[in-house]
Amino acid sequence: MANKDVHCIVNGKERVFSVDVRSSLSDMLRGKAGLDSIKHGCDVGECGACTVLIDGKPFNSCIYMAIWAEGKTILTLEGLSNTKGEISDIQQAFIDEGAVQCGFCTPGFIMASIPIIEKDEPSSREEIRRQISGNLCRCTGYEHIVDAIEKTQRKRIEQKKG
Amino acid sequence: MYNFNNLYEPTSVEEALRLKKEHPQALFLAGGSDILIKIREGKLAGCDLINIYNLEELRGICLEDDGSILIRPLTSFTDVSMHPVIRQYVPVLGEAVDQIGGPQVRNIGTIGGNICNGVTSADSATTLKAYDATLEIASLDGIRLLPYTEFNLGPGKVDLREGELLCGIRIAKESYENTSGHYIKYAMRKAMDIATLGCSVNVRLTSDKKHIDRLRIAFGVAAPTPIRSTTVESKVQGHELNEQLLDIVSEGALSDVSPRTSWRASKEFRLQLVKEMARRTTKAAVEKAGGTING
Repeated sequence: MANKDVHCIVNGKERVFSVDVRSSLSDMLRGKAGLDSIKHGCDVGECGACTVLIDGKPFNSCIYMAIWAEGKTILTLEGLSNTKGEISDIQQAFIDEGAVQCGFCTPGFIMASIPIIEKDEPSSREEIRRQISGNLCRCTGYEHIVDAIEKTQRKRIEQKKG
Repeated sequence: MYNFNNLYEPTSVEEALRLKKEHPQALFLAGGSDILIKIREGKLAGCDLINIYNLEELRGICLEDDGSILIRPLTSFTDVSMHPVIRQYVPVLGEAVDQIGGPQVRNIGTIGGNICNGVTSADSATTLKAYDATLEIASLDGIRLLPYTEFNLGPGKVDLREGELLCGIRIAKESYENTSGHYIKYAMRKAMDIATLGCSVNVRLTSDKKHIDRLRIAFGVAAPTPIRSTTVESKVQGHELNEQLLDIVSEGALSDVSPRTSWRASKEFRLQLVKEMARRTTKAAVEKAGGTING
């Protein structure tokens, strides 16, 4: 099968990947770019473990053709750290709140939560649950994940006001 | 890797139609949230695909000069539910597609894909049926207009003939004007679930808000395809807003549906849902239209 060049911005850097056209975006980002935060969980768009942001919106990279990424801006968990390599507030909150157990689902949950923590108005716990309803966690029971997202969102809103 | 055979990449609708004519066995690939999964599961392994996902001319929503709402098929569920035209004129359509899957699925899934799959559970289908949407179906010979109520031929079978591609979904002004709708999806889970039963109702009340001027009701998963309940619609024309109206809707719906038993629910349970959801959805639609039952 033919290969094709895909030009996109991944975690702030312009990149070109030569991919087999049959590749999924998860194949490309994990296989070609070495971004191991992307997990091949269910591979059918049910578990959310491969969630990345494409032009700011969460997508399951396992059911997204790599060639569709042409010209897109992609953010993965690796792109959340600052230039010194320090982790972001939402990642720290997951640690602090005990929202990580086996850790397999964590990158997907964190990426799915980005649009919520960037909101200017506080979300209810129900709204947060709805925003992460495309992600499965088999360990935590979700409560601590919701705590981490809620606290990060509240902190950011405070900082914006401050 | 997805196990497909050939991939064709048109850069325009016209090229897509030409490719479809040359390769009639190839499937149009929109958001892929059904096709790519079926490829993974092996059901469509080795198929040929025509990738239309990048065709921007097939994406977006606009209010046309004649007041009709044109929804292009590649518009994602998220974009349908967020679009100002939908929110203002047919908010129920946005509310219905907002109950599909989860956020990631709603970002990739397209409204055109949802109805072209022809499954009875499609959350957008009931509301589009209840609003008498018209489909604009393109082929190299031109555009064919088809009432959406005539589109479904059987489970997973739709009236898309050789070389055809859905290119527009239109809701006429007369259909949405002074009309309020409500959709209820009954499912086991609040997210990432397929409807056990879906019901979409919209009503236009008389100017005194005391009677039904027009009521349209559609069900999903109550028959092999999404259906309208025309028995109910003709019976309640001009009816006063009262409990009796809800009884007619509830009982009348039973004569048009033919649900089956599946692993999700038994036929008997679905019949119970039809009765109850017809009643509740109608009540909510009437209230949204500014009417009150027994008011």
